[in-house]
Amino acid sequence: MKCNRLVDAGRRQFLRGSVTAAAAGAAATVLTPQQAKAQALARVDYPANRLANIADLAVNEPLDISYPDPNSPGVLLKLGQAVEGGVGPDGDIVAFSVLCPHKGWFMSYNGEDRTMNCPGHYSRFDVEAGGQQVWGHATNNLPQFTLRVDDEGEIYAEGVDELIYGRLSNVLES
Amino acid sequence: MAYKRQTDRLPIIPADATEHNAVCHYCIVGCGYKAYTWPINRQGGTAPGQNKFGVDLSQQQVQETEAWYAPSMYNIVQKDGRDVHLVIKPDANCVVNSGLGSVRGARMAENHPSTTTGTQQHRLTDPLVWRYGSYQPTSWDDAFDLVAQVTARVIADNGEDDLIVSMFDHGGSAGGYENTWGTGKLYFDSMKIKNVRIHNRPAYNSEVHGTRDMGVGELNNAYEDADLADTLVAWGCNPLECQTNYYLNHWIPNLQGLTTSRKEELMPGEAHPNARVIFIDPRRTVSVNAAEQAAGAENVLHLAPNSGTDLALANAIFTYIVDQGWHDEAFIEASTLREAEDRPPLFPARGLADGQPGHLSSFEDAIDANRMSLEEAAEITGVPVEDIRKAAEWIGQPKDDGSRRRTMIGYEKGIIWGNDNYRTNGAIVNIALATHNIGQLGGGCVRMGGHQEGYFRPNESHVGRPAAYVDQLIINGQGGVHHIWACNHYRTTLNATEFKRAYNRRTNMVKEAMDAVAGGSREDLVNAIILAIRQGGLFAVNMDIIQNEMGSQAHVVLPAAQQGEMNLTSMNGERRMRLAEKYMDPPGNARPDCLIAAGIAQNMERVLTEMGLETYASQFRGYDWETEEDAFADGYGAAHPDVTYAALRNMGTNGFQEPPQGVGDDGRIIGTDRLYTDGVFSTDDGRARFMAGPWRGQVTPGKAIEMDRYPFFINNGRANLNWQNWFLDQENDFVTDRWPYPFIEMNPGDMEARGITAGDLVEVFNNNGATQALAYPTETAVPGQTFMVFGSPNGTQGNIVGDGVNELVIPVYKQTWADIRKISDTPMVARGMSFKSKEYSV
Repeated sequence: MKCNRLVDAGRRQFLRGSVTAAAAGAAATVLTPQQAKAQALARVDYPANRLANIADLAVNEPLDISYPDPNSPGVLLKLGQAVEGGVGPDGDIVAFSVLCPHKGWFMSYNGEDRTMNCPGHYSRFDVEAGGQQVWGHATNNLPQFTLRVDDEGEIYAEGVDELIYGRLSNVLES
Repeated sequence: MAYKRQTDRLPIIPADATEHNAVCHYCIVGCGYKAYTWPINRQGGTAPGQNKFGVDLSQQQVQETEAWYAPSMYNIVQKDGRDVHLVIKPDANCVVNSGLGSVRGARMAENHPSTTTGTQQHRLTDPLVWRYGSYQPTSWDDAFDLVAQVTARVIADNGEDDLIVSMFDHGGSAGGYENTWGTGKLYFDSMKIKNVRIHNRPAYNSEVHGTRDMGVGELNNAYEDADLADTLVAWGCNPLECQTNYYLNHWIPNLQGLTTSRKEELMPGEAHPNARVIFIDPRRTVSVNAAEQAAGAENVLHLAPNSGTDLALANAIFTYIVDQGWHDEAFIEASTLREAEDRPPLFPARGLADGQPGHLSSFEDAIDANRMSLEEAAEITGVPVEDIRKAAEWIGQPKDDGSRRRTMIGYEKGIIWGNDNYRTNGAIVNIALATHNIGQLGGGCVRMGGHQEGYFRPNESHVGRPAAYVDQLIINGQGGVHHIWACNHYRTTLNATEFKRAYNRRTNMVKEAMDAVAGGSREDLVNAIILAIRQGGLFAVNMDIIQNEMGSQAHVVLPAAQQGEMNLTSMNGERRMRLAEKYMDPPGNARPDCLIAAGIAQNMERVLTEMGLETYASQFRGYDWETEEDAFADGYGAAHPDVTYAALRNMGTNGFQEPPQGVGDDGRIIGTDRLYTDGVFSTDDGRARFMAGPWRGQVTPGKAIEMDRYPFFINNGRANLNWQNWFLDQENDFVTDRWPYPFIEMNPGDMEARGITAGDLVEVFNNNGATQALAYPTETAVPGQTFMVFGSPNGTQGNIVGDGVNELVIPVYKQTWADIRKISDTPMVARGMSFKSKEYSV
């Protein structure tokens, strides 16, 4: 199924949600993405990429990020209360892929009930519950990025807990 | 904690992997998939020449790519006795789903058994016999012998009516033409079993006798008609969850205006306004929400009638359309009965006979009998007059250019498992007939369907109509042997509390008798079982892929293969027949159902011969099938010689639409896009009948009392994530993480009034029994109305469904009322679960 109207709406929403953090987002992407080289390891070797600083985040304002490379868009969120997988002093900072694990559509963030919503086929995921699919067609929950915060408040992504849509290896391999 | 697989990469399908045609074996839509297998010690690479897709997999793939598969689409299984990689992914070239995978079908690979990855390890691998006080694995010969010895003795002593059979009648997994034929030949040809029921209802009957008696087969259109319709009607169905990719790939694009060019191509010279959709359902479903997103709320109409009042609503719409002169007189004249039949003496309460409960007659007779004003209907249904009028206009009013409006009506369990099934079904078909929307592009009046279909059996007319109410026979102590094929009445029948109590008691009597002769000879054992049966016991033989609750009461359990582990043919909701190819081995020593039926028949012949009943024994010949293809050729293939495995394999996931019309020059089977295009219907004279069936109130025994007595309407049905009675889903971590218990959607105000918070475990109880569920706050739930998902292992909705059925023994699951109390705070397993709205919202 193709629906340009909806995907455009989804993209606009996605971008609009990240306007206030555009500078930080851009800063994140100019840092060298330490893309792992193909290695004969049992699991892929994830890069530790700086996404933002805690000071860049406002509660419930989604920040446009990418991880583990620029072609894997994601969202960084400070939710204001401790949640599953949350980091930072309040345990409330989380990051997820924004590609729907069903068919790879860009999803939009609904700040009202804190879900990611797919304009393609109406799936939705709860960012306060580890990316659990509230309802939808994806056969896995939303890939969540493993985060670490250092003493300076710098937020790093260091792993992914599900396969990201559109790649058969979370870190692309040649 | 949300379930995560921690899969960070998957093996790549090599360019030379073996490709198999696959079809989703869950819902009726039958989405096309491709299954790929390749040796365990090989894998593809990221370079275009190294993988099946011919693309550079070192790059991020785009939205809707074919070159990606989710972890759920991968497994390691056995094929020809060796470990292989398996990927089952949606087929972009299948016209049904165009590459879309549902949350059910996209887990097919993960839902096969694997001793390597540990999936579905509850699958049965060997025959089991109740022995030494528990279930012991044994050989097929030993198990078949015990089944045949007991079955033959009971039949010889008391006749075939003492053998009760519960069996699937559908396609897809636990069904298909091979298996319905194998079982059908055994019970309807070798024997004439009449105490037989189907997996989801307590008798052997159609769910839609009404439309069939009117001459309108219930699967009469093509899925493309949903792309072409001006107005779509979803009556008592929830297509986004229950026929997902039919809805997403055919309804939604039409509602989005994306099919206009196709409309102009196929139907030139007429207006093609924005498509509209009408939902008729007491509950606001996610289907309604999706339609609003796709079409705009102004093109979506949701009528929420009071439970069981659809007949009044349909008759009012029919009346209004005819009063406006929007019916097609030329069609009615040419293709429907023109002389009214005499009304039965007790019309409208009774038909001519118990098995003929309605009055099938002419258009004029029907409009006279069914006449219902908008105001009357509004009073009965609770739907505002203006909404009923708008529905009638959207269905029947000619388009602005004067051309006939093309309206497709889909209906399903809200009607089928509802009040006054026969007449309501007919009343809906009346609307489609009057507006000439059957056999037309963009038309159809169809079941949306549950499973795929795949019925091919010998004539079953000896069963009778109305058919025996089998559950009541069992509860009342009748029958001595029970053969069960892929059914779990413990989770899915009505009046389940009582059924289970009786079934446990009767089967335990036989278990105790078997225990008492431990170490005895086979003759001792059979004699002990027969004695227990004479004292009211029931000997149960359960054919299934897992050991379910029915199997746990059985005395012999026989392990079956499912689709993909055998070749299997079925047809979907537009009669599209495909061969789903075998791509892996069944677990252990499991066999296709058709070959299990053959084994029972062969052993019956042997045992009956030993008993000196040679003539009867000879009826059990003709089962010398080596493979499922032999069974297919013996049944469906004998009636349709052009339809062979080779021909079907060649036609891939698109297959052909039944019935077959011969073979084209290219060797491909010619199908039938839609039925009744010539205006000739399935009656003796080719003329369709109208249903003269006025509104009669709530007619199912016990329902009106229950409605008055209890505060909550317990609407019930399926959910997107769970297939049927969760037989595989109950061992799928992704599913059980989301729904560790069944949910019951409740209005937040109702919850607050009872001190219930999100995720609390509640008991739902009435005079039929009790069950449990997790409370799911739902803003759109009408106060006093709930919706409970059925089929869960951890809370059987059927426990609280009364035993009332319609004249033709159709159960009325949808009409249940009960009270609700809190049992517990959120159980540990459900903590961390999301309780947010299921509706897409941005």
